[in-house]
Amino acid sequence: MNIREDALVAGKVMIEMEGVNKWFGDFHVLKDINLLVRERERVVLCGPSGSGKSTLIRCINRLEEHEEGRIVVHGQEFGDDLQDVAAVRREVGMVFQQLNLFPHLTVLENCMLGPTKARGLSNAEARDRAMEYLNRVRIPEQAEKYPGQLSGGQQQRVAIARSLCVQPEIMLFDEPTSALDPEMIKEVLDVMIDLAQTGMTMIVVTHEMGFARTVADEIVFMDEGRIVESAPPDRFFANPESDRTKLFLDQILTH
Amino acid sequence: MPKNGSLWQLGVKFRYLRPQPGRRDSRRVRTAVASQDSKDSAIDEPTVAARFPPNVVSRGRWWNAQWFDTLQFSVFSGALLWLVVSGATGMGYNWQWYRVPRFIFEVVDGELIWGPLATGLVVTLEITACSVVLALAVGLVTALLRLSDSFAGRIVAKVYLEAVRNTPLLIQIYLFYFVLGPIIGLDRFWVGVACLSAFEGAFACEVIRGGILSVPRGQWEASDSIGLGRAQAYFHVILPQAVPLMLPPLTGLIISLVKNSAIVSVIAVFDLTTEARNIIADTFLSFEIWMTVAAIYLGLTITLSVCMSYVERRVRTGH
Repeated sequence: MNIREDALVAGKVMIEMEGVNKWFGDFHVLKDINLLVRERERVVLCGPSGSGKSTLIRCINRLEEHEEGRIVVHGQEFGDDLQDVAAVRREVGMVFQQLNLFPHLTVLENCMLGPTKARGLSNAEARDRAMEYLNRVRIPEQAEKYPGQLSGGQQQRVAIARSLCVQPEIMLFDEPTSALDPEMIKEVLDVMIDLAQTGMTMIVVTHEMGFARTVADEIVFMDEGRIVESAPPDRFFANPESDRTKLFLDQILTH
Repeated sequence: MPKNGSLWQLGVKFRYLRPQPGRRDSRRVRTAVASQDSKDSAIDEPTVAARFPPNVVSRGRWWNAQWFDTLQFSVFSGALLWLVVSGATGMGYNWQWYRVPRFIFEVVDGELIWGPLATGLVVTLEITACSVVLALAVGLVTALLRLSDSFAGRIVAKVYLEAVRNTPLLIQIYLFYFVLGPIIGLDRFWVGVACLSAFEGAFACEVIRGGILSVPRGQWEASDSIGLGRAQAYFHVILPQAVPLMLPPLTGLIISLVKNSAIVSVIAVFDLTTEARNIIADTFLSFEIWMTVAAIYLGLTITLSVCMSYVERRVRTGH
């Protein structure tokens, strides 16, 4: 894919992880992770459950703190001297498996909270921006409803719009379709494909291999806390190098 | 007396005076058993009989009947009343209920004059209102300290909580009145308010902390991920979801504040209880006045819980 080649040449580095290690108590979740993501690059993280994919992307907006190594996101190095975590998080949007919409606010208010409080926009500006992104995720008509009145797929699209409203430069997706009914997966993936086409830098943890194949510049396969293999989709699906990757692909592609 | 009809069940039973499905079932059990030989039972009856064998479930007997319930209640309350009246008569107590109303209010020359019990009630209400506000503020601050990352903050909160919860309220009010009051220069009324706020604040803290902790972790993460600071997350996301969860236990807290406010009578604040003590010192109407005062407190707390349950319903179905 030559988009990726362009990105590698031209794009500035958005995320850099070097020798990152993390433990949950005695459990070594992340083992010596090295990852480089450039502007406009789309990376899909996959691997069996418990392999540390979610922990890895949660380290990128510091929902989890790493213990060893270096993480630089949007030019800010994460460490004890990081003064303003919120400032970094404004540049890194995140969509969760569990949706995590604010149930006491309407869809519109969910989308306006970030812009008004974190970016200092006026209510009118925030409203316009929220409606713009709700249009992009194709649910402007639900703006006045509460999250509880929407389907799972609609809620996840609102969550995507809510993140985009803060206008981050990087978007993280933590298994965005895993908690949804099969029928609603497509509507969410369509929105994500649209987003990828606008040139957003994205890291997506997902088991949707079709999505990975169409959208990803790079697929990263993890197992037991380690990055086992990292390759562009063509090579990843056609000739995986490691046996563990082959086994994983056999497991998920045969049924 | 059979276990089902024992006195302790009275209160429970009276809350369920509306028709109970269980009763009809058990009646059907009996007919089922009776009609099993005659082979004309309805289709569902044998199953019911199988589920509730009559010798195991003893519902539907005479001691479960409503008339017996009512009888028990009447006998019980009658006995209680008789005990008080006969006791009073026995000690030669001279009931003078007619003297009580003027301690509440009086009409002199067409002008309404409030009696000492009414003015005392106003003071009690003032103390309660001030203390509720302060106790909630203290509770909120302490809860936030307990949940904060600051080690010192958590220690301060914990020491305060343990100190307040593990010493008698009476000792606390003496400490406030004789030690803290002179040092800070508070008058009696505000010493009372401060002491009650400190006392109830400790309980408010636990209620508020529980409410905050029961908001799912994902809400914090979502607020973090859209770049909200900690204070913004609390104010716009966490507390709006936590407050409805806190309301029922906070009702209990406000009610206990009303009741505990009587403690200020020991530092001579002229609240309802102090006024009652003074009236009794003058008139020796101890039976009548204490009963009246108890009724006033009861009326106050019941009104409060009715109001709060209305607020709860509004908050829960608000949007």
